[in-house]
Amino acid sequence: MAGILEVQNLKKYFKTSAGVLHAVDGVSFTIEKGKTLGVVGESGCGKSTLGRTVLHLLDSTDGKIFFQGEDITVVDKKKLRGLRENMQIIFQDPFSSLNPRMSVSTAIQEPLILAGRFSKTEIAELTGRLMDTVGLAERLWNSYPHELDGGRRQRIGIARALALNPQFIVCDEPVSALDVSIQAQILNLMQDLQAQRQLTYIFITHDLSVVRHISDDICVMYMGQLVEKSPAKELFRHPLHPYTKALLSAIPVPNIRRKRQRIILKGEVTSPVNPSPGCRFAKRCSYAAEVCAKPQELKEITSGHYLACGRYEEIND
Amino acid sequence: MSSENKLLEIRDLAIQYVAENEVVRAVNHVNLTMNKGETLGLVGETGAGKTTIAKSIMRILPDPPAKVSAGEIYLEGKDVLKLSEKEMRRIRGKKVSMIFQDPMTALNPIYTVGEQIAEVVQLHEKVNKKKAARQAMEMLEMVGIPAARYHDYPHQFSGGMKQRVIIAIALACNPELLLADEPTTALDVTIQAQVLDMINQLKKELGTSVILITHDLGIVAEVCDRVAVVYAGEIVEAGWCEDIFDHASHPYTEGLFNSIPDIDGDVERLNPIQGLPPNPSDLPQGCKFHPRCSYVSECCRTGHVPYQEISPGHFVRCHLQHKEGK
Repeated sequence: MAGILEVQNLKKYFKTSAGVLHAVDGVSFTIEKGKTLGVVGESGCGKSTLGRTVLHLLDSTDGKIFFQGEDITVVDKKKLRGLRENMQIIFQDPFSSLNPRMSVSTAIQEPLILAGRFSKTEIAELTGRLMDTVGLAERLWNSYPHELDGGRRQRIGIARALALNPQFIVCDEPVSALDVSIQAQILNLMQDLQAQRQLTYIFITHDLSVVRHISDDICVMYMGQLVEKSPAKELFRHPLHPYTKALLSAIPVPNIRRKRQRIILKGEVTSPVNPSPGCRFAKRCSYAAEVCAKPQELKEITSGHYLACGRYEEIND
Repeated sequence: MSSENKLLEIRDLAIQYVAENEVVRAVNHVNLTMNKGETLGLVGETGAGKTTIAKSIMRILPDPPAKVSAGEIYLEGKDVLKLSEKEMRRIRGKKVSMIFQDPMTALNPIYTVGEQIAEVVQLHEKVNKKKAARQAMEMLEMVGIPAARYHDYPHQFSGGMKQRVIIAIALACNPELLLADEPTTALDVTIQAQVLDMINQLKKELGTSVILITHDLGIVAEVCDRVAVVYAGEIVEAGWCEDIFDHASHPYTEGLFNSIPDIDGDVERLNPIQGLPPNPSDLPQGCKFHPRCSYVSECCRTGHVPYQEISPGHFVRCHLQHKEGK
């Protein structure tokens, strides 16, 4: 079954003074309606660029993006604007993503006004309903972002994204800036909204316990490429890629009984500027061998579990 | 517990930020003791007062607006709050040093990293420039950076490397106590793992005591011996890691654990703490957590909540401890 969103060989390159930066390099995936695809990776791995390119907020360099069967990389501006109503984004930082001069209600109304098909009374009514949906009290109608805490600000961001009743939302680190107790409240809200409205999410985060909690499938991204893709629980039970293994072993677990062997990676992530064709993780990988100098393709190993590693059989013996 | 072993004792510490028309009660009568060689985790959410406590030990709180309104801070038996600024300068960087959260802004961009490490050495130890530079290079090697990078500037380092440089500065004079304020929050998990690993290693090698400020209970589990949970400027629960992780007794601590998605479990829905942390300029009466607490009863709403030892070394500030079956 074709999903609500299908991405094929998506590429986004940036020209820099040092050379061409391959921020997103040949990424393919499909999401089914009502599901959540988690994208994890460390800073600079291209996960936010991926999210923005999928929404066509950034022009893609190459590749296709099918949203409800239509390739949005080729549609004209007018049509894209219509499609946008169905595709929204929630940003990471609720402190800088809101206009400080817009009150809560003005900020939430903005997309409704821009849509151009609602009357004033409808807008007021819809705004009230949206505030109620995301758990913002009516007394905050005329408050400004600086008066609110991070959790409430993020609720405004969610209300704005929901305003035109989209089907698909890219959530770019929506809870990373929040304290754990508030983070849990927002995660619950997002799950409830998904269940009520059959929303489809791409959930971008660096927090592995959050991504496991909220996702159906997870993609692990490293230097612009997917290195592993799998159903969420399967990925945590049987990580196959050496990078995924190191990443999972690095999570500090709030349990003093569980002392695990940590895989400490050497070195740091560099930017994929004019990258060589081989495996980009090879430089930090303790299993690197000759075969890793060749391009690695994402192959299905077991049902639904994809991996891009030339040595997985020897490693996972 | 022998008093010789005691490194730090905070007694009844209260700190306020006094603004034009309001008083923010950031730290409210905190008591803490710490032994040599121990690692204490100070856990809590944004605005709980963790950083204020740490900064008061270093005496680097800006005054005004910060005012220590009560309490004593004994470092090896001496009350640092009574020391002169001159005496204090000899302690900072030598006996106690601090690592800040954001490695991107903590270094001076116009000096090489080597110079910045050597500066501390020269300030505190009677050595010449050359010797200080040599010591700085040794420190770089110790935190896993080649000594050849002595002459590089901060912008030439990545975030994880910068944090290592900052740790090298903090440890250059072999302090008794290291205050690490969210040292890995700005770093990626694999880099965080490297830095935590290094802190653990250095602790063993140098015997430094560490106060680790964090909001991440996972980090506490990996690095700390003891934990103090801070809420609204008070310590609501403190004890050994086993006490807190296996027998969390304060509803807030319990709520913190319930808010974290479990990496092994199958929890479909999180069970977060209701509501928001209180405004520190308008703290609730009685137990400061009571408006958010699901076990709240009449006695919680007013009066003082005693801080009691429920098992050796395990302290809780909650009325419910009197009662059976919370």
